[in-house]
Amino acid sequence: MIELHHLTKRYGDKLAVDDLSFRIPEGVVTGFLGPNGAGKSTTMRMILDLDHPTSGEVTIGGKHYAEIQDPLRRIGALLEAKAVHPGRTAYDHLLWLAQSNRVPRARVDEVLDLVGLTAVAKKRARGFSLGMGQRLGIASALLADPQTLMFDEPVNGLDPEGILWIRNLMKRLASEGRTVFVSSHLMSEMALTADHLVVIGRGRLLADLPMAEFIKRNSRSAVRLRTPHQEQLLNALHGAGLTAEAGPDGAWEVVDGDPVVLGELAAAHGVTLHELSPQQASLEEAFMQMTAESVEYRTGSTDEPAPAPAWGAGWDNRRTGKEN
Amino acid sequence: MAAFPAVAQSEWTKVRSVRSTVWTLAATFLVTLIAGFLISLVTNLNYEDATKDLHTPFDATSTAFSGIILGELAIVVFGVLAVGNEYSSGMIRVSLAAVPQRAILMTAKIAVLTGIALAVSLVTVFITFFAGQAALGGHSTGLGEPNVLRAVFGAACYLTLLCLFSAGMTVVLRNQTLALGILMPFFFLLSPILSIVPWVENVARYFPDRAGSAAIQVYQPSDQPYGPWVGLLICALWTAAALVCGYLVLQKRDA
Repeated sequence: MIELHHLTKRYGDKLAVDDLSFRIPEGVVTGFLGPNGAGKSTTMRMILDLDHPTSGEVTIGGKHYAEIQDPLRRIGALLEAKAVHPGRTAYDHLLWLAQSNRVPRARVDEVLDLVGLTAVAKKRARGFSLGMGQRLGIASALLADPQTLMFDEPVNGLDPEGILWIRNLMKRLASEGRTVFVSSHLMSEMALTADHLVVIGRGRLLADLPMAEFIKRNSRSAVRLRTPHQEQLLNALHGAGLTAEAGPDGAWEVVDGDPVVLGELAAAHGVTLHELSPQQASLEEAFMQMTAESVEYRTGSTDEPAPAPAWGAGWDNRRTGKEN
Repeated sequence: MAAFPAVAQSEWTKVRSVRSTVWTLAATFLVTLIAGFLISLVTNLNYEDATKDLHTPFDATSTAFSGIILGELAIVVFGVLAVGNEYSSGMIRVSLAAVPQRAILMTAKIAVLTGIALAVSLVTVFITFFAGQAALGGHSTGLGEPNVLRAVFGAACYLTLLCLFSAGMTVVLRNQTLALGILMPFFFLLSPILSIVPWVENVARYFPDRAGSAAIQVYQPSDQPYGPWVGLLICALWTAAALVCGYLVLQKRDA
């Protein structure tokens, strides 16, 4: 069990990770989500003891990473796609890693086969494409057959085939009962793979909850109604104690409405409907809404100069523009 | 804790699996040998001219090692690349994730480099010595003469220490281009130039390469304040300092 306790990392004046506490649930895929620059990579590097926290700590089964004997057998990580000496072959890269953690040599061939690099095993990494480099990085993460896997933005820069492969791999790893902790700035990607979500923005924890709950809690559902008899519809809704908001193109939306109830209501009042459709805000919107609030909160509470435009910053501007 | 023999084996795999190792070590051997042989040959042919200004007796051993200033550059490059390629590729983070105990990683790496550098240096100096003596003909010396064997071993220790010093500096600088950009001009230009500038030479003679090269001389120059062993010790202290600083940087800095 990986647990973060009040993890904080400061680079000069900038708080990259701000009092972050959560635990990574076991046996499922956890999506670690945040806009670019939210502190995801820094957090991952601190889990692996590569960067030293300014304060707080990370424990893995109660121990610090550096206290673990042969740590690759516990946690396999992919942090960067091409962290390989360009002049070394894929096979030799995996071989030195295997030897350092006393993993049998035969395992090198196994993982090369697993990621589909057997044909280029004896080729020097210099000639590898980004996708091949990513596969080699995943091979090194899987090398010592660890219970926990950590991937930092694994689909970045991959073609659709590579993305599909990674997605299936993560699902398979979780189905084998492994813990997968994967960072991304794409909510849509996480929606397809993650069971649990940890969302951070500007280094702070914004959410730590099951995926389904995140969707329920953060997305807005509404029923859209379109009718040529607007007055009658609004009267009927009002009579039933429901409020409608003006939607796009003259449509009306009832937040958290039930299409069955609304359809019957319209029929009972003889209102012709041209549209009766449930609307679900996308997860991407929910995520942007969440991180935009964090941006708003941060800029409102400090005198820092305006940060570089982050994910969801446009939403933030629209919103604050309205409120002001 | 990671097991030291396993990590040392892993470091050996790292070193042997890149081509730069073969190139730099082959260059160390060939350059030292060929330059030493040619200078010995020329000295033999122009013996009267070459020796008329000497303050000490003719040193056939260090004449054979005349090419070591070039050979040392090659082994310095080996030391820098063996460590520095981890920083240029970002592989250092993979290495530290695999072996988070910095002391074990650093010790294993340096142990492997020491073994390789010493083995290559020993082969290089002995073959260079015999080739140089063959070229010197009637002016040659033998391993049985006083201090000669010490000077030959001293040459191997000198090359090994410079290699390790460079490796340590590279860990401090965490950048192989920067390390090469500092060490090459230092050993090839700055140190030789400063050591002939009046007064400054008194400081320059304590530089790692000047001090260490005292171990190669059979006869000690009268103006040199230390003997061969002390010279080698000064060079070893520089090396130890570079390695300790490198370890502290590896320990303290974020990877």
